[in-house]
Amino acid sequence: MVKKFIQRGYIWLVIAFLYAPIILLAVYSFNNSQVVGQWSNEWSFDLYKQLFTSNELMTTVANTLILAFVSSILSTVLGTMGAIGMFYSRKRVRNAMNTVTQIPVINAEIVTAISTALICTMFAFGRTYVSLLIGHVILTFPFVVLNVTPKLKQMDKNLYEAALDLGATPTQALFKVIIPQVLPGIFSGFLIAITLSLDDYIITTFTKPATFNTISTFVFDAYAKGGRSADVPALRALSTIIFAVIIIMLIVKNVLANNGAKKGGKR
Amino acid sequence: MTALKFSRKHLGIPYGLFMALFVVFPLLLIIYYAFTDPLTGKLSLINFIDFFTSNANLTAMFISLALAILTTAICLLIAYPTAYILARTDMNKNGIMLLLFILPMWINFVLRTAAMKELLFSIGMFKSNKTSFINTLIGMVYDYLPFAVLPIYTVLQKLDKNILEASSDLGASGSQTLFKVTIPLSMPGIVSAITMILLPTMTSYVVSDTLGNGNVTIIGKLIENQFSTMYNWNAGSAIAMILLVFIFATMLISGKFSEEGSQDARGGGLW
Repeated sequence: MVKKFIQRGYIWLVIAFLYAPIILLAVYSFNNSQVVGQWSNEWSFDLYKQLFTSNELMTTVANTLILAFVSSILSTVLGTMGAIGMFYSRKRVRNAMNTVTQIPVINAEIVTAISTALICTMFAFGRTYVSLLIGHVILTFPFVVLNVTPKLKQMDKNLYEAALDLGATPTQALFKVIIPQVLPGIFSGFLIAITLSLDDYIITTFTKPATFNTISTFVFDAYAKGGRSADVPALRALSTIIFAVIIIMLIVKNVLANNGAKKGGKR
Repeated sequence: MTALKFSRKHLGIPYGLFMALFVVFPLLLIIYYAFTDPLTGKLSLINFIDFFTSNANLTAMFISLALAILTTAICLLIAYPTAYILARTDMNKNGIMLLLFILPMWINFVLRTAAMKELLFSIGMFKSNKTSFINTLIGMVYDYLPFAVLPIYTVLQKLDKNILEASSDLGASGSQTLFKVTIPLSMPGIVSAITMILLPTMTSYVVSDTLGNGNVTIIGKLIENQFSTMYNWNAGSAIAMILLVFIFATMLISGKFSEEGSQDARGGGLW
């Protein structure tokens, strides 16, 4: 009994540590105090109004989402092609390419960032949208490969041959047999790519055009470089909305998964 | 001449070209810059000599190592009991408790760090420069804790319960079973947590810049300084190369413990 009590207490203590900062921001997002920790007067939605009327913040949010979406699509296409290509290559080629695929995963982000910046400067397109997209694709493509390859391993090898024997061209067999079979892997790779792209600061700051901001670079400028713009308090509202969206997403995902399980379907 | 016949492996060609151009070639460039004198353009070791004779650089390296080791150790100390309780009791029956520990990973990393700054600021931790290091440490533990819970939980959950029963049947006490059976068997999870935390804490300067009040410089920040402020690519590349050697060494060591360790790194298991 005591043991159980201690265990529960411990878990809730760690959870409190993990959520205290986020909840503090959420509470103070309903107050127009300039400083967190000094409650002024009463509850208000001023910061939310400020968030949605601030051009700078709305552009930043849109930039972040568009960048994540476009780079993840590119990265998913590239990674899927790579995973399929590698899987059916000779062993030596496959091993070599697999090793190179691991490099961006294990490498320090700052090294990836400077190498991307170096090469983009070398090819003379400097820090533009192109370099930014390339940087985010480098950050995310290995995770697409890591998610697609296991699905290729699970697939029945004879399916592709059967399609060819039944008269499909290799291209048809690729799109009608292989891709549908590995689709769950492609999808989870895409989701991880989006998550990583939304989260990234270091590669973004080394490859982005000077005036372009994502949520990460905006928040970093405000909190680490002390570039206090008038919109900084509204970031509390933004982080509360992000938190709420993530909670809703996870609940929906769990409900869907549970429903699937109840129907006896596979995940 | 017959047209080139399409085959599945040809899909790997654009992928291979992309990697050669944007992954392999830049690393070679870094090595080239690292061994070149910035003034004369000739091959030399001057960048490395400069690095290892500068007190500021050596201090940064020491602080990075101290921060990384402390963060990793504290994360493991907090995460192991957490993962153990979640995996071994009925607290996590429907997976919701585990979800609570992974959820922060989805919230923007920089935003989470900023939230921690607001919290520490509001309890008066920014009043003196003496707390800069401890603030950074708290921020890093806060940011990386979920990355330690997840892999350890995964390993503990798969652990065969019969082995633990066998251990107690053979007369081992609870703590003997923990230290001689459970912990050794969960080494792959522990190693994978270490590889996920150790390197980013040495190099990702987001936390140290936000919470260190300008008093905590880590090795990643040194590289950033050389590239963004000093415009000395050669010196920056040399530091990057020292890091690469360190990364390679860690990979060799951790590779002995778990084959799939790197698979979980960043993002893995998120979805």
